[in-house]
Amino acid sequence: MEFTDDQLLRYSRHIILPEVGGRGQEKILNAKVAIIGAGGLGCPVGYYLTAAGVGTIGLIDNDTVEMSNLQRQIAHNVNTIGLPKVESAARTFKALNPDVNIIQIQQRISKDNILDLIKDYDIVVDGSDNFPTRYLVNDACVLAGKPLVSGAILRFEGQVTTIVPGDGPCYRCLFEDPPPPGLVPSCQEAGVLGVLPGVIGGLQATEVLKLILGRGEVLKGELLIYNALKTSFRKVKIPKNPLCAVCGENPSITELTDYDQGYCSLP
Amino acid sequence: MEGAVPDKRINIKGLVCPYTFVKAKLAVEAMDVGQVLEILLDYEEASRSIPKSMEDHGQKVLKVEKINETDWVLQVRKEKE
Repeated sequence: MEFTDDQLLRYSRHIILPEVGGRGQEKILNAKVAIIGAGGLGCPVGYYLTAAGVGTIGLIDNDTVEMSNLQRQIAHNVNTIGLPKVESAARTFKALNPDVNIIQIQQRISKDNILDLIKDYDIVVDGSDNFPTRYLVNDACVLAGKPLVSGAILRFEGQVTTIVPGDGPCYRCLFEDPPPPGLVPSCQEAGVLGVLPGVIGGLQATEVLKLILGRGEVLKGELLIYNALKTSFRKVKIPKNPLCAVCGENPSITELTDYDQGYCSLP
Repeated sequence: MEGAVPDKRINIKGLVCPYTFVKAKLAVEAMDVGQVLEILLDYEEASRSIPKSMEDHGQKVLKVEKINETDWVLQVRKEKE
């Protein structure tokens, strides 16, 4: 493809990399990524993917910006409090890179809309803050065959894994079912270090770019756990569960279900 | 310095870093292995940095020649994708 002069400058540090080059940058410019949640994780993931030049970014979130978000949700600011998060984040991303097509999807995802919402995208990023959504997104991506980069944060600890349906385990292979409501505290109850989603979101964005480029090794079959207090990274192998209810040999989940929403739904 | 007959020529006079290497690299990407790119440039630093970067990327530098007061000619053979 022919890059414009602005694109040559903007993406020069990518094009110079042997692993990216002009062809890799072209793949990035043509990629379509859906991000579930425009909160702690969705903000840095979307910000970096916008900077990288990902052609189309679908932002899915139903919340509005609140003051308590600003300690960690870096795409929002005091002037966008009260606005839908997707609109606030889209403004920030557009200011960074007007080339990127930001699709604002101000909806709460459910079993009824998720497959339709992700169908036009190559890769899905989960930056949600609750287990019902996490399992719904996992199941939908397995059923739709979409690669999923999943991230989670709480207090000082974060996790990342990449699920490639048909080639490795899924989130349910790791944890069969969501924990009962109330067992795992939410960020609202337990707190979260504001910079933690920056680290985990940065890792998720890196996984997305590697999936787009087809370069390097993604966290397939592995859960990466970051402890900010210890500054430690640890990888845990996730074996594929042949009896997995959604990606196993005889799956019992062939259509989506919504789980009890008795969890914290605040970011 | 002897060179080869180039398969493609680019003129990047007037360009400075990082345009210079980016343009040269994109030109090499679009060529086949074994083909030779000739680059005409007038940015002194690029006469040193482009050959080094090309070698780092596994390509073969056939020629670096100052042809007059302001200009250099480089030849690079594509060795790998």
